[in-house]
Amino acid sequence: MVEINSKIEPAQTNEIQSEPRSKSRQENKMQETNQVASLASVAAQTSRAINKFTPGSGFETKNVHAWFGKHHALADVSLEFPSNTVTALIGPSGCGKTTFLRTLNRMHEFIPGAAMAGQVILDGQDIYEPGTDVTKIRLKIGMVFQKPNPFPSMTIGENVLSGLRLAQLKRSNKEELMEECLTRAGLWNEVKDRLGAHGGSLSGGQQQRLCIARALAVKPEVLLMDEPCSALDPGSTLRIEETIRQLAGSIIVVIVTHNMQQAARISDYTGFFLSDGGPGQLIEVGTTNEIFSQPKDKRTEDYITGRFG
Amino acid sequence: MITSQDSLVPLTTYSGVIPEKRELTTRPRFSDKVFRAIVTSGGFTSLIILGLIALFLTLQSSTVFRQFGLHFITGFEWSQGDPESGAPAKFGIGAMLIGTLVVSMIGLMIALPISVGTALFINYYAPDWLRKPLTIMIDLMAAIPSVIYGLWGFFILMPHAVYWAKLLHKYLGFIPIFRMPSEIYERSPFIAGIVVGIMIIPIITAITREVFSQVPLDRVQAAYALGATRWTMIRAVVLPFGASGVAGGAMLGLGRAMGETVAIYLVLNLYFIPNFNILFSSGGNVASLIVSKFGESEDFELRALMAAGLVLFVVTLLVNFLSDLIVKRTARKGR
Ligand SMILES: Nc1ncnc2c1ncn2[C@@H]1O[C@H](COP(=O)(O)OP(=O)(O)O)[C@@H](O)[C@H]1O
Ligand SMILES: [Mg+2]
Repeated sequence: MVEINSKIEPAQTNEIQSEPRSKSRQENKMQETNQVASLASVAAQTSRAINKFTPGSGFETKNVHAWFGKHHALADVSLEFPSNTVTALIGPSGCGKTTFLRTLNRMHEFIPGAAMAGQVILDGQDIYEPGTDVTKIRLKIGMVFQKPNPFPSMTIGENVLSGLRLAQLKRSNKEELMEECLTRAGLWNEVKDRLGAHGGSLSGGQQQRLCIARALAVKPEVLLMDEPCSALDPGSTLRIEETIRQLAGSIIVVIVTHNMQQAARISDYTGFFLSDGGPGQLIEVGTTNEIFSQPKDKRTEDYITGRFG
Repeated sequence: MITSQDSLVPLTTYSGVIPEKRELTTRPRFSDKVFRAIVTSGGFTSLIILGLIALFLTLQSSTVFRQFGLHFITGFEWSQGDPESGAPAKFGIGAMLIGTLVVSMIGLMIALPISVGTALFINYYAPDWLRKPLTIMIDLMAAIPSVIYGLWGFFILMPHAVYWAKLLHKYLGFIPIFRMPSEIYERSPFIAGIVVGIMIIPIITAITREVFSQVPLDRVQAAYALGATRWTMIRAVVLPFGASGVAGGAMLGLGRAMGETVAIYLVLNLYFIPNFNILFSSGGNVASLIVSKFGESEDFELRALMAAGLVLFVVTLLVNFLSDLIVKRTARKGR
């Protein structure tokens, strides 16, 4: 599983430039060690089913690059996502996490001038293969966005089932499906009495869970989440984290997060992205335990100890 | 730890007297005053002009309304009378109002689907290089004087339209509006409706295109991320969002169609009989009535035309008002 990118240049000086006063530096040091210890312990506490990646099944990328026009935003990312696991992608902002995530279900190509290279392989099939029906790809690889975006013209129930309509799928037991997805997204109890209300009438956290339910209703094999909790209160965040842990029993989840505690809590694997001014790269990937307790790369360590980012 | 109530120092002493609300003012800067004066006078100028037009028309036509009352709106005749035989003048624009409605409705029914389709094509289907030229061309359509549309309608469109009308009558003649009292197909509301419809395509297209282009990208992406095709995305996201804009564009187009004058004058047979058989050569609308009679009329008939103008003015205002209501009503849903 662990595949460290070999093309990365030697570690650069990522130490904080301005020297803090010696006393506070001392304090910083202590805080850092505390933080690492706590992240590591959080990571260690989570029970994990460490699945090994079996080639030809599941989901993987090979040497993925991405461009916005002439701007090379992402370079040479090769990652494997074993089935029934959660992989967290962390890294400072602007390092290409969102871009990478959007290459995984071919949403990247919506941006005018966007280009990519490399392969994204689901069940042995390259999703960028010429002649592929991209709508089918997006059905298998669902996405939850940073900002909750339910369809305001639809009711809560219609929102959950909107994927069936949009992808023109036939399902007979829609009521059952609606309940199942809302339950899996941890929203059923809150909305079961008002499925006819409009999606916009929910709180932000509920809206995001509605979006998760909506994404689950088309039975994806992979769910991509781009900082799904960044706009939410702690309570909603907790609910969504529980949801993600439960989802990991049946599908592959790839989640971008700014919150390292969150990555430590919910993920089986963690990948660290970084851009040193050039295109963003995958610096290191490993089990979440490893990344937070004994990262191999100096830059990963610096990042998780909060020395930059 | 505070245990008893009286150890608490009250933070506020609310006597129960509600003070008078204060006036919230600010002293505007000089530049602000100047700017305010300019925009205020601008805003009022249009109001004043509108008011003066209404006043002028009302004053000019008051004798007509006094004489005919409601009959002026519901009546179906137009004669100056004959001083020699003593026949009185009779003016009633009912047929013209019906004609206005029929022609505008036909125009709208033709223009609306074409405009919405064009707007969707430009925004979601056209290749990048085609988008700009297409938009410019449609905007140019709006700049063509209506007399040109009239001439084109008369000389080019009419022969074809007569053929289509005959087909409609032959196969759908059992529908009342496609019946023919007698076989005259030229200069019918149907043909006038087509001409007007083409004339209002640019304005409806421009407005719907503008609204469609404001659809929030995150919703569009949410739909695509759920495996939507372009068409299912449009149905689920673009059309609900754009509904109010489409309604507004349609109403604006309707207003324009109702006021259309010269083109209608050329392609519609003016008759003071109410006609709902849209393929039959009889109709007219208020505006074309005014141009057709204006040159040769005097005194009382002239005033009757002013009265007709006032009615058209009021109806157009009503349509605009209604369109506002519709836009607000539909805007609340779908956004
Ligand atoms: N739509 C876009 N057009 C042009 N450049 C973009 C666009 N989106 C992102 N970028 C650039 O790509 C790089 C990676 O961005 P992104 O993937 O959003 O980073 P992250 O999600 O890690 O914060 C950044 O340098 C950003 O400026
Ligand atoms: Mg991002």
